[in-house]
Amino acid sequence: MNAQRLPRSPRTGLQVLRTGLRALRTGLRGWGGVGAMAAVCALAVTFALLLPLTQSHGDGSTGTGGQGVARGIQAKVAAECENPQDQSPQPSSLDGKTIEAIKARKDPRLIVGVDQNSYRWGYRDPNGGKTAELEGFDIDLVHRIAKDILGDENAVKFKAIPTNQRIPALKDGRVDMIVRTMTITCDRVKEVAFSAPYFLTGQQVLAPKSSTIKGYDKTLAGKRICSGAGSTALELLRKDRAAKKAGVASADIETVVPSQLDCLVRLQLGQVDAVVTDSALAASQAAQDPTVELKGEAFTTDYYGVAVKKGANDLAARVNRILEQYRQDGGWQASYDKWLSPTLGTKSESAKPPVPRYK
Amino acid sequence: MTSTSSAAPPATGSPDPLGTAGLPGIPSQPGRGPAPGVPQPPRRTAFAEGVDRLRAAATTEPGRLRIIGALLAVCVVAFGAVTAWQMTDRSSAADDVLHNSQPLSSAAADIYSSLADANTAASSGFLAGGDETSTSRERYLRDIRNAAGKLSAAATNSEPDSESATTIASLNKLLSEYTGYIERARANNRLGFPVGGSYLRLANDTMQKQMLPQAEKLYARENQRLSSDYADATSYPWAAIGLGVTVTGALVWAQRRNYRRTNRVLNHGLVAATAATTVVLLWLVAGQSFARSGLNDSYDHGIRSLNVLHDARIASLKARGNENLTLVARGAETVEVNGEVVDAYDHDFEGEMSTLGKGLAQAERLADDQAGRKPVASAVGGMEEWKSRHEEAQAAYELGDFQQALARVIGDKSDKPTGECFDSVDTALRTAIVHEQAEFQRAAGDGRDAMTGLPLGAAALAVLGAAGAVLGIGRRLSEYR
Repeated sequence: MNAQRLPRSPRTGLQVLRTGLRALRTGLRGWGGVGAMAAVCALAVTFALLLPLTQSHGDGSTGTGGQGVARGIQAKVAAECENPQDQSPQPSSLDGKTIEAIKARKDPRLIVGVDQNSYRWGYRDPNGGKTAELEGFDIDLVHRIAKDILGDENAVKFKAIPTNQRIPALKDGRVDMIVRTMTITCDRVKEVAFSAPYFLTGQQVLAPKSSTIKGYDKTLAGKRICSGAGSTALELLRKDRAAKKAGVASADIETVVPSQLDCLVRLQLGQVDAVVTDSALAASQAAQDPTVELKGEAFTTDYYGVAVKKGANDLAARVNRILEQYRQDGGWQASYDKWLSPTLGTKSESAKPPVPRYK
Repeated sequence: MTSTSSAAPPATGSPDPLGTAGLPGIPSQPGRGPAPGVPQPPRRTAFAEGVDRLRAAATTEPGRLRIIGALLAVCVVAFGAVTAWQMTDRSSAADDVLHNSQPLSSAAADIYSSLADANTAASSGFLAGGDETSTSRERYLRDIRNAAGKLSAAATNSEPDSESATTIASLNKLLSEYTGYIERARANNRLGFPVGGSYLRLANDTMQKQMLPQAEKLYARENQRLSSDYADATSYPWAAIGLGVTVTGALVWAQRRNYRRTNRVLNHGLVAATAATTVVLLWLVAGQSFARSGLNDSYDHGIRSLNVLHDARIASLKARGNENLTLVARGAETVEVNGEVVDAYDHDFEGEMSTLGKGLAQAERLADDQAGRKPVASAVGGMEEWKSRHEEAQAAYELGDFQQALARVIGDKSDKPTGECFDSVDTALRTAIVHEQAEFQRAAGDGRDAMTGLPLGAAALAVLGAAGAVLGIGRRLSEYR
């Protein structure tokens, strides 16, 4: 922009400065953003005029050189996002920069973002008294990771992280990793790094046992469906409804709740007829109410992964190594049998650990 | 007046200067019937006859005296009647303030705070889970019973189909939904199911987003009624005062006239009538002024403080509920504030605490005696401590130490929980409310008492005054016989 305007601006620097000031004044008069932008532009032009070197790119624009990098990532994602779950680094037991920094802490504990309201995944028994600890499938995995990296399975600080805060929490460095039924998606792979998948899930329908709903099909016609705000399920429902998919096209998908568990409340109160969510979470809901069940098969394939900050490849590689051992020594299976097989069953696709593929 | 009578020519016929006209309305033409073709003079009305007679009477001194006496008596009686009527209105408005609208406003405030208190007690009990104490359970039950009882009392007091009646009906319906959610939350929590937390959040939503706003509306409407009763009770009775001044003037004039005609200084009857009228007038002005000052005092020092204190108490209850819900929801709900995503309940907590702070500052300014200032100061102290302990609890929560955070919110005394501070704020505010309520009762009672006996007294004195006027004039009249 600066370079283009340069030959067409015969004005002196003083004139331009005056223009800039005038623009700033108008900006302050109420056009906030627009005016301020105009002022910044005018100032940038002034700088360009006053500086003898015309190729100075450093002024005004934020993130110099960022464009090129961003384009590079986009190209890479577009090329490789067929299978976002296969982007994780090869397993390794080496302590890299990230792991060393964790060990060097005054209080060497792993800070992990978890869900504290997901029955069988991460929750605290409210009747456990003062010693109640978090427990569940995700929590078992966290203990395993802490034991391997820090030598003590309890060297963990669990932080309750809301669904929409998982990525910001990692980016801000508030947590070292997120182990919170987090699906590996193309969008997320752009922002954080994932371990190899540790659980296979998919979107599934949950409804009362007595319901006529048989699965994600035409039996949903005219039914009221609940989903969580910002969830994969909601996205899918909207897409299928727009595409006039049989059943979903005539369903009422207006009930959107802050947390997926609120869907079970709506179901129990008779305000909705079915819930669409991850099969793993649907199973956790079914475990809290013996009168509801999972209907039909999962109709998508998703993978849960441990998320770490972008660039913390040593930590991702280390988690991959731990997962490898976890699968081999039967730790994974024992945890599944304890928490999930009562509602997901032993024959489900989820009942075995997914086979990882690395970059 | 009918159209026939208004068509009658206005006394253009033969005026009867001697006032000796026969029966009114019958022309004095005895004997022969009217000759056919001769037009009959139109019938005259009683009014026209009366005017004629008065006119005739006004030409002689006894006649004039009769008229003056009658007018004075009527005016004095009218003054008494208007005074009694206007003061009965004001006195009953003052009585309404004391015994009707203020208790109703206070009952509405009670419904409001009972509901908020129940919600807070329910969330505290929920957080404790299986360790829920009987105290918090009983507190919840007592609040619900209290709210339900006050709601049915309010329903009885409200007019059918009025806005208040609709609000009360809707609150009743929501109350049963709310208690249903709470019991579901409790049952699921006992089973160890996290869906219990979802039910509690739903119950809390129902309470904070639907019930409390309606209860607040009810409260505001009752307060409006209270204000209008205040306005009725404190307005000056101008009609009575104006009439009183006129009547006194008329009495003075009558006595002056009497003096000039007879050179007698005192006419006992008229003096008595003047005295009675003056007493009623003074009593009226003084009584109303005292009543006004008492009622205004009860408003400034009672009602205004009470409103501020009620609002502060509601804010503290909401803040406590939100503090509990932060630990129940554990990040299940967030809001975006200035581009930053924060926990919805913690955000609401901060908002209510700032409302509480402002309310207490205002209550401190309004408190006008030591007994009123002390509990407010203690509430301020409790609030400061609460804020600092809350920060510690929140820090523990942020560090992932849930048990520590829980202990700092609902734990035992040794844990220095925020619950202790909330209790101290709540107790202090309740003490302050009781004190201001007593202040109100005293001042408003004083105000109302200033009007006691005025209507009856005014009526009795007016009758005496009228009698005095009639007797006084009668005495003069008798001199003509």
